Order: sequence, then C-alpha cells, then structure tokens
Amino acid sequence: MVSRRKLLMAIAGLAGFASLRKAVKAQEPTENYDWTKHYYSFVVDTRKCIGCGRCVRACKLENEVPLEPFYFRTWVERWVWLKNEKGPKVDSPNGGFDGFPPKYDERVISKSYFVPKLCNHCDRPPCVQVCPVGATYKTKDGVVLVDEKYCIGCRYCIQACPYGARYLYPRDGPRVTRRNTADKCTWCYHRITRGYKPACVEVCPVGARKFGDLMDPDDEVRKIIETERVQVLKPALGTLPKVYYLGIDSEVR
Amino acid sequence: MSEILWVVLQHVQGYIYPNEVEVNWSVLIALYPYITGLVAGAFIVASLERIFKVEAVKPTYRLALLTALAFLLCAPLPLVAHLGHPERALEIMMTPHLSSAMAGFGFVYAWYLMAVLLIELYFDYRRDIVMWAQTERGIKGFIYRVLTLGDYDIGDEATKSDNKIVNIVTIIGLPSAAFLHGYVGFIFGSVKANHWWSSPLMPIIFLFSAMVSGIALVLLIYIASGYIRGIELDKDCTDTLANYLLYSYLLDLSLEFMELAQLFYTQEEGIDAIRVLIFDKLFWTYLVIQVFLGTLVPIFLLIAARTGIFKFNVRKWIYIFATTLTLIGVFAMRWNVVIGGQLISKTYLGYTIYILPLFGPESLTLNLVIWILPFIILAILVKLLPPWEDTHKWEKAELE
Repeated sequence: MVSRRKLLMAIAGLAGFASLRKAVKAQEPTENYDWTKHYYSFVVDTRKCIGCGRCVRACKLENEVPLEPFYFRTWVERWVWLKNEKGPKVDSPNGGFDGFPPKYDERVISKSYFVPKLCNHCDRPPCVQVCPVGATYKTKDGVVLVDEKYCIGCRYCIQACPYGARYLYPRDGPRVTRRNTADKCTWCYHRITRGYKPACVEVCPVGARKFGDLMDPDDEVRKIIETERVQVLKPALGTLPKVYYLGIDSEVR
Repeated sequence: MSEILWVVLQHVQGYIYPNEVEVNWSVLIALYPYITGLVAGAFIVASLERIFKVEAVKPTYRLALLTALAFLLCAPLPLVAHLGHPERALEIMMTPHLSSAMAGFGFVYAWYLMAVLLIELYFDYRRDIVMWAQTERGIKGFIYRVLTLGDYDIGDEATKSDNKIVNIVTIIGLPSAAFLHGYVGFIFGSVKANHWWSSPLMPIIFLFSAMVSGIALVLLIYIASGYIRGIELDKDCTDTLANYLLYSYLLDLSLEFMELAQLFYTQEEGIDAIRVLIFDKLFWTYLVIQVFLGTLVPIFLLIAARTGIFKFNVRKWIYIFATTLTLIGVFAMRWNVVIGGQLISKTYLGYTIYILPLFGPESLTLNLVIWILPFIILAILVKLLPPWEDTHKWEKAELE
C-alpha cells in the first residue's frame, strides 16, 4: 500500500518537475498581453489536499523564495480536531515544505485536513492601502504585486496583511534586487500572463489548487465559485479575498 | 538576522503563520513613537504658559521648546534606520501614496518642524539673538549673526509683533503637536489585522501618554538643570509641572482602562490570545513595568507629594523618582504596543518571541545611540540659546 503511494507520488513528482522546466524566470508579462481581458481567481479544495508539500517546494524554486523556514509565498497548514478536546490543533512544519510526518494517534482524531495558504489577492487589499509609496499595487487583472525596485522596506504592508502572506525578503536572499523589500505570492504573474498556471497549481498532484480566469465563461474556477458553497478567510475584515476555499470550518483563518 | 530567527523558531509557541516568526517592527519602531511623544508632550508644556497662561511654568517655557526641537530632530532617525532601503526614504515625500496613513509622515513632520517649532523659536529668541549677535565674537558671534536672518530691528514695535507671532504659532502649534503624535497612534490603531492595535482610542491614548512623558521629561531636565547650574529651583514651577503630570496621568490611566475594559468585556475573537499576551508574554513589560512601576507608583508618588506633608527638598526627590519611572513606563508602553502586537499571531493560536540584538542594525546599541543623541543636541542648543530666565547683561544695564 505504502509503496504504491510512494510510486504515485514519485510519478507525480516527476510530472511536476517536468512541467517546471517550462518555468519562465522573467517577472514582466509579455508584450502582447492585455490585462483588461482577464480577471483571475483561485480555488483551494481542501477536501483533495494530501499535504505532500509539492506546491510549497515548487513555489520556492519558481520564485527564488529563500529556503529558510521563515519565508513563504505559500504554505500548507494541518488542522486537526481531537476527540475530547476543544478547539483545533494547527501546525505547519517548515510550511509543509517537507510534507507532514504523522503527529497524532489516528484513534483520537475526530477530523483533520490540510489547508494550503497563499496571498488572497484581496479586492480591497489593506496592504495596498497602507503602502506609503505605492510600491504595492493591484493590477487590472486582479493580482496584487510588489515593485521591488520601489519598495522602501517599511513593512507596513506586512503588518496590515491579516493573512500573514507577506514577509521581508532577507538581505542575504538569492535574488539581489529583491533584498530588503516586501515579498509575497504573485500567482506567478510571469507565468499566468503567458498562459501558464501558477507553479503551485501546476505541480499539485490531486487538483486541490485551481487557478482560473473569471472572464472566461467555461473556466473551471468560475464554475466552482458560481455553483458551489465557497468560503473566504476572515471575511469579517472586509478585505474581499479572491482565494476561495472548499471544505473548511469557519475556525480556519 | 537569520541566526536569530532560528533561535526564535525554537521558542515559538502554538501555531503562528510561518511568515510571522520574524518581528518586523523592531525596537526602533518602539523608540520612534516614544520620541515623537516626548516632542508633543514638551510642546504642550511650552503652550501651557503661552496659551493657557499658566505663569508658574514660565521658567521651563524655552527649555521645553528646545527639548521639543532636540527630540524632533532625532525623530526620523529610528524610522530611516529601520527601512529596508533607507536610500529610498525620500520617496515617501516625493511620491506619496495618499491612501496610506504613513505617507503623511514627511509632511506632518516637516510642517511641525518648519512651520511650528523653528518659527516659534526664532521669534521668541529674536531679540536675544540680535543682542548676542552684536556682543559675541568669533564663531559663536557668526552663528548668531546667521540666526538673525538679517533682521536686526528690536525696537518696541518689532518685539511686540514678535510676541504676537509667537502666540499665533503656539495656537497653531498645539493642535499640530497633538496631530503629530495622535497620527502616530492612528498608524497603529488603524491596522485592522492586529487585534492588539486596532482601536479608535489608540491616537488619544498615544496623545495622553505623550503628554505624560513630555511633562515628565521637561520636569526632570529642569530639576537636573538646577543641579548642573547650581541654582535654586522655582518651587512653584516644579510643583505646578508635577500637578499637570498627575492630571495627564489620570486621563491616560482612564483611557488605558477603557481600552482594556472594552477588550475584556466584548470578548471578541482573539480575546483568549490577548489574555495570554497580557498575563504571560508581556507580564514584565506590561503589568510590572508599564502598569505598576510606570503608572500606579508615579501616580501614588505625585499624590503623596501634593499632600503637603513633605518639604520641597523631599518633594524634589519624589519628582525625580516619579519622572524617571514615568519615562521608563512610557517607553514600556510603546514597547508593549509595538513589539507586543507582533508577538501575538494573527491566527490567535500562537506567539513568537522578540530577541533584541546587542549590536548591528536594529540593535540595542543603535537604539541607545539614537536615544542619547537628542540630549547631546539639547546640551548644544542650551549652550547656544540659553533658555534661562536670568536677566541678560544688557537688561541689567537697562535696569540700572
């Protein structure tokens, strides 16, 4: 049983790696891209996530995110409810980068699932509001980006983000021009503007992460949002997130 | 930095978002509101005499203004030192993003420095500066001649209009000082993502704690100046300042109490995390240093001093003790807001810790340097522009 699982994971891993070879390193969109023709959205189906952590690894590789366990553009959380215990137990060892070693005795678990997290690319983003120089901004196709050549590194946006989606790119990080500026998920803007999926979506072996264009009437993400009961994180804060979750409890935040 | 984060990671408790291990606003950001608070508070002391006609505090009027200036000159230092890209600091004024509360910093700061403090000081000192420019020689004389800005008219008419200008500027200055610091409170109070910060009371709490710290600082410097100069203190002035310190303390205390009462009574999401924050994570800096040593003890001391059972000599020591505790307590308050708010995770399920490095950027050493700098500037300013009430040489001549 275990060996088959490992085999499947290995195959999925190879497939994921092969797709990553398409990785486009340049951050700017292509010239003939029209950002008024798209409006992106993201769906996370937590009922499918197996906590393999491939998305976390792909993201770090694709986006030159430092490998230390303090910097993440995306991470995966494990939410566990134990029998006879109030409230959830949450953990995310190394952001889920190495997967999740078993932690609880299966007999005492009442329910558990994984919750992949990333920037919500809010429609009313507090991070954009508070940036004193306008280095972080909303694109017309619905993505929140940071201009690393402009960011002064005041970190107000990091404080303002209710989801912990931002971090300060360390001064010894691999990408020199991004050092000491705020960094976060871009939905792989360099890929999506060329018609590819974000790296985390591309490598997800179970389709727990879905990325789509709401302006496309046949889009899977659009259909899910239109027909299913989706949830966003911390809706009371009025940030209007554009990452929609399937199958989470209201305690998940 | 990264070595410290590995240590911090060992001490993380519960679940925090992985990006929250690092406390992004360090001790420097706690120092910044502390310094602007001292500026605003010192200015309010100065305006007591000018606007509210509290004649008793006149001996500290100019001293308070110079203190405000010395600290204001240093206020941007912790901010700029903290930036990831200090070389881009001016972008905040060149290309401000107006929806951001922080974008106004440069303008609020410049307004307060240029339109309020410098103008008030210039017109208040103008007559003296002209006299010094005419009597002093060498470099000092040259500095005074520059400071006159070429205007040597000190006739009755001119000095009268100087006085009028100072009064007007003080009237503009008082709300400006309140705004300068209330604005800093708003930067924190408006962060809805952070339950420990987010509160409409935050600007007002910042303002009153600013008054507390500013009055305490001016009082302490005034007492110290008496020692340094070997001069008897003006009893009335000292006691009056201490009284105002007490009044602002009582307001400050009730505001803080309202804030906490609201938090604990409404019991919104995250209250359990805040309870742990107060009673465990911030036990020493909040309950012991800020609330007990930094608020209750000074209030008790100031009330005791008011009873009149102590002689002035004893009262003086009570004031020294109370103001020192106040200055420590208000810094603890800034610490508890700035650092405390980042120890608590936005998941409400865990806590990180803050390790203050001794050396390097955002370290204790840098913090101390920035903290000592205003005192050095103040010493130079006091030498250059003596704020004391003694009659000047030329006034003595006039009196004879």
